[in-house]
Amino acid sequence: MMDAFSLPDFNELPQLIASRSKDDVLRALHGSHLSVSDLAALVSPVAEAYLPEMATKAQAITQQRFGRVIQIYAPLYLSNYCTNRCLYCGFSAENQIQRRCLTLEEVEDEANTLKQRGVNHLLLVSGEAPKKMGVDFIEQVALRLKDRFASLSIEVQPLTEAEYTRLFASGITSVAVYQETYDPALYQRMHLAGKKSDYAYRLETPARAAASGMREVGIGALLGLGDWRAEGLALGLHLAWLRKHFWRTGLTVSFPRIRPAEGGFQALVPISERNLTQLIFALRLFDHNVGLLLSTREEARYRNGMVGLGPTRYSAGSCTAPGGYAHEDQSAEQFAVDDHRSIAEVCAAIQGQGFDPVRKDWDSCFQEF
Amino acid sequence: MKIIVNGEEKEAQSALSVSEYVTALGFDPETVVVELDGQILNRVDYADRRLTEGCELELIRFIGGG
Amino acid sequence: MLTIAGKTFSSRLFTGTGKFASAEVMRQALLASGSEMVTVALRRIDLNDPEDDIMQVLDRTKFFFLPNTAGARNASEAVRLARLSRASGGGNWVKLEVTPDPRTLLPDPVDTLLAADELVKDGFVVLPYINADPILALRLQDVGVAAVMPLAAPIGTNRGLVTRYQIEIIIAQAQVPVVVDAGLGAPSHAALAMEMGADAVLVNTAIAVAGDPVRMANAFRLGVTAGREAFLAGLGAASDQASASTPQAGLDFIR
Repeated sequence: MMDAFSLPDFNELPQLIASRSKDDVLRALHGSHLSVSDLAALVSPVAEAYLPEMATKAQAITQQRFGRVIQIYAPLYLSNYCTNRCLYCGFSAENQIQRRCLTLEEVEDEANTLKQRGVNHLLLVSGEAPKKMGVDFIEQVALRLKDRFASLSIEVQPLTEAEYTRLFASGITSVAVYQETYDPALYQRMHLAGKKSDYAYRLETPARAAASGMREVGIGALLGLGDWRAEGLALGLHLAWLRKHFWRTGLTVSFPRIRPAEGGFQALVPISERNLTQLIFALRLFDHNVGLLLSTREEARYRNGMVGLGPTRYSAGSCTAPGGYAHEDQSAEQFAVDDHRSIAEVCAAIQGQGFDPVRKDWDSCFQEF
Repeated sequence: MKIIVNGEEKEAQSALSVSEYVTALGFDPETVVVELDGQILNRVDYADRRLTEGCELELIRFIGGG
Repeated sequence: MLTIAGKTFSSRLFTGTGKFASAEVMRQALLASGSEMVTVALRRIDLNDPEDDIMQVLDRTKFFFLPNTAGARNASEAVRLARLSRASGGGNWVKLEVTPDPRTLLPDPVDTLLAADELVKDGFVVLPYINADPILALRLQDVGVAAVMPLAAPIGTNRGLVTRYQIEIIIAQAQVPVVVDAGLGAPSHAALAMEMGADAVLVNTAIAVAGDPVRMANAFRLGVTAGREAFLAGLGAASDQASASTPQAGLDFIR
């Protein structure tokens, strides 16, 4: 029986970070197997002065491990119904937005549109409203789409291991679930009602997904909620734990940064692009093999500049409202996108940087379900 | 009677117990591991198990090794 | 303190008992090494030589026994040796060695995994001797071994940490103690293994065939201690680059 992942007292993390010195940063910069305290040094304020050196190293590691490529994917929002009341989210049950749950036919429509635009890796997203859209529906979607797409991922409410096993059998191979904040106190304040208010259950979700046999599990924190340095360190701890306990599972980290949304939520602790960059570099140095995702929340200028320096996957041409691809946007978005380029434009820009935009990596027919 | 010990044919008095036979060979039963007819014997049973005609004894003990 | 399967050790140097010129030299060398766990093997008694008995010099109150399955060429031979050892009062710990090639004495990965699985289910505390294969180490941990023992170099070659980079990976991924075993020819090798983060080392040949085995045993003791201290102190990392340079694109794009 495996023990569940648990964080040390979250309040100790800022202290660890603050205690790191310049020497600690230098040691972390030059080490090859970084420890948690090395990561703490790299996310610390002291490390800010070393951003160019971190960039050089992150660049070397990323290109050696992943090559000069960026994988392309797109989100497909299945539904924006949600029973949770997360203070920061456009889909919160509190918000008066036009709600929509796609039918299977509408999902296929959306998927085909994306396929024609060159997308082969789909991320199926929904709010949490199992009565409106439960595991049965996701299973149906998967069965319909799996032969047309190289891979299907989901970013939906936390499920049980048995449910993940069922979805794996139907064609889902990857699960993303973000803790939003690893600070339990802040978590309670942000998640007022609904099943999402259960911090521990959410925290254990990546392990359940991995145990079910998913090829890949993605974690992340919503940057701008809490102290990004402490969240980054917590992410590193979570990542290292998952590596140790699920050595067969691919791991990725995402960096959603709070953007304007219906409900007017502003970031509690602003995190600048420079901060985000430092966090990405720090995690790349900490774990040479983790996939790093940058979504269209970030601007084109920034995403262009970051090619080759750490991130390995970019979403492109994204619409965060259900039904928004095939037809004009009729329902509300989860968050405002800041990179409005089409998939073709994103790919061209990546090529402009001397990199290969990979629209298809893997084939569902290789997967043994 | 004839028995086989460590692959070699040997003569033994009938109805000897394992521990008696081992001692007669010059070994301390406490330091010897015994397999009788392919079955590993527990040391506590050495005094009770008797040799039979044609039985196969393996006498093993710890030696230096890495 | 090192803990393996709930048992603690103050010394991180384990020693083998083979190849010594005499039982007395072995006894003195083991004492000088400070080792608390020694490996022993099982062999058919030489019916013509009752006196040749290692047990007469090995005080089991001072040294914890780790019987090995040396000589086993496949899983079932190894399992049989382990059971013989346990039945003889050798305890339920076993260093699992499956070595079908007598020339190199390299361990068979497939039969090692099979035997480990069977022995763990049968209640043994299994410490498998393996090539420095990180995936094999993970597979063995999945079946429940108490430690892994990757080789630095083939037994008796004294070549040191030939498998260094793989051992680094094994150490980074390990959920059980890592004991570097075989091929350590000098105290500096043992020190390096400890600096890399190994939990312990096992040394036999280098001590047994040294000019002065007792002195060499002490040297290894010092080397292991030095390496462990350095690891705990936190080594400053060497840098491959003389100085960091700004990446081509620069970071001016960041707002």
